[in-house]
Amino acid sequence: MVLVYAESPGGQLKKAAFEAITYGKKVADLLGVDCAAITLGTNVADAGQLGKYGASKVYNIGSANLDGFDSQLYTKAIADAAGQLGATTVILSHTSTGKSLCGRLAVRMDAGSVSGASGLPTNDGSFKVTKGVFSGKAVATYEINTENKVISLMGNALKPEDTGAEVGVDALGIEVGASALTTAQSKQSGEMVPLPEAELVVSAGRGLKGPENWGMIEELAGILGATTACSRPVADTGWRPHHEHVGQTGVAIRPNLYIAIAISGAIQHLAGVNSSKVIVVINKDPEAPFFKAADYGVVGDAFEVVPRLIEAFKSST
Amino acid sequence: MKLLVCISKTPDTTSKIAFTNGNSEFDTTGIQYIMNPYDEWYALVRAIELKEAAGGSVTVINVGPATNDQTIRKALAIGADDAIRVNAEPKSSMFVAKQIAEQAKAGGYDMVFLGKETIDYNGSEIGAMVAEYLDQPYISYATKLEATGNQATVERDIEGGIETVNLSTPFVLSAAKGLAEQRIPNLRGIMMAIRKPMNVVEPVGANDPAVTVSFELPPAKTGVKLVDPENMGELVRLLKEEAKII
Ligand SMILES: Cc1cc2nc3c(=O)[nH]c(=O)nc-3n(C[C@H](O)[C@H](O)[C@H](O)COP(=O)(O)OP(=O)(O)OC[C@H]3O[C@@H](n4cnc5c(N)ncnc54)[C@H](O)[C@@H]3O)c2cc1C
Repeated sequence: MVLVYAESPGGQLKKAAFEAITYGKKVADLLGVDCAAITLGTNVADAGQLGKYGASKVYNIGSANLDGFDSQLYTKAIADAAGQLGATTVILSHTSTGKSLCGRLAVRMDAGSVSGASGLPTNDGSFKVTKGVFSGKAVATYEINTENKVISLMGNALKPEDTGAEVGVDALGIEVGASALTTAQSKQSGEMVPLPEAELVVSAGRGLKGPENWGMIEELAGILGATTACSRPVADTGWRPHHEHVGQTGVAIRPNLYIAIAISGAIQHLAGVNSSKVIVVINKDPEAPFFKAADYGVVGDAFEVVPRLIEAFKSST
Repeated sequence: MKLLVCISKTPDTTSKIAFTNGNSEFDTTGIQYIMNPYDEWYALVRAIELKEAAGGSVTVINVGPATNDQTIRKALAIGADDAIRVNAEPKSSMFVAKQIAEQAKAGGYDMVFLGKETIDYNGSEIGAMVAEYLDQPYISYATKLEATGNQATVERDIEGGIETVNLSTPFVLSAAKGLAEQRIPNLRGIMMAIRKPMNVVEPVGANDPAVTVSFELPPAKTGVKLVDPENMGELVRLLKEEAKII
């Protein structure tokens, strides 16, 4: 069986959970086995929905000890569930949670693991799966040579596919100890979709000259329902918060649309964003290296072009 | 405080990535290496800061061949006290994690630090693996760490927010931007590093349950389509009708 851990922070299933179950179902089909989902913690809303995306069963370990995240407890709970259900392959999301679990679970389950998988596995006698390496500059194929397998799936690697029907949720009787940690969470990015999950991203660089000029960037992002990002020097100088820094040493993203405004396109910047499906570059320098990585380019002054783009989007909706 | 920092060696960020031997191996021709930035800038520096404030020691560990000694010396020059190199050419994350865990167990450290991921294989797995081998808590993507005695408070990046975790030592932590500021080794540090102890140990047996078998470069972009800066309506149209992205 393929067991998919569906993340539900605060009791709400994440978008990544629907991607993971869609992926898990495809892996299960490839291996000719069933696909089930598991949620952790009390009061997970609408977990039965996972059935629509491919789970033939949905399980829950409803211990309050799992309401806060603790990689040790989560690893034990998922490994115990996999043992009890006879699952040999576990699928996670490559999120802050999944990244804390993937390697742990691999050790605990004596499994081979691939973290941040971007493609579906193939199984022609040996089980192989692809992932981005060198910060998006290449794709590597990994072979997992163990019976047990753990894979964490990169965000936006595939679209959730709603093809089945809702299923019931079964409680799983697994003992969960008390956590040695106390955790609290605070929100940061306001109403925007967090960068790693964002499908549309509007990003700006040092060419904007100062933090006071980000009003038009936020406005453009607001109209599109996009998330804002920035280049490294912009975050380093404190014009924008650190969590907006994308690139090789920032957040690596793969949105459907990346609009880069007044960013030169240094190799370290490109490394974190070049898996974006469509790239639009706005830069006043026609020689800016970013144009080589772009699908659409506008050679012009951002202070003139961006307000025009905002108007064009406004009048097109 | 007894601290262990895992450091790895990665190709410089400006490296041109290519493959050889039928695309089965990374082509190292002409590649300059650096210490993985997350290990160097954040994990190592924060560990050194804690030692400077509260006393103790910082040991760095690397799993790799003798050609990694230069990278290890740099860590010593930045301020680590001593180093362990496990003499092996690693093929998988699991192998590396097993070696680090063995040394960590033997040393009995209060905290094990590593960078949030390496910039070459972007695995982000080794910290979690080491923590599981040690049966200790693991806090990934730490952007802030305060520690007094055996109590620590860590902030970590989560999607769209920050999580604050209180816990006691020992634990394993992966470092992200914000945890510390990059330090450039000074001449005195470089001179002192030459005499700091570097212990070379042989690896313990470990499996390679997941290995790379081939590589591919992403398809090159076909060329940029330039849009008249006066006509942003056209760009909107292209994004809607041609790219079908909005
Ligand atoms: C080890 C290492 C890691 C790094 N990691 C990252 C990383 O993760 N992410 C990252 O972004 N960088 C990273 N960098 C830095 C990177 O090398 C570049 O320095 C950085 O990306 C440049 O940022 P920028 O494009 O905003 O600024 P600049 O290079 O200064 O470019 C500004 C651009 O704005 C254009 N411009 C100026 N005015 C206007 C205007 N009015 N209208 C339109 N265009 C205008 C200019 O033509 C220019 O192209 C790293 C560097 C190193 C050494």
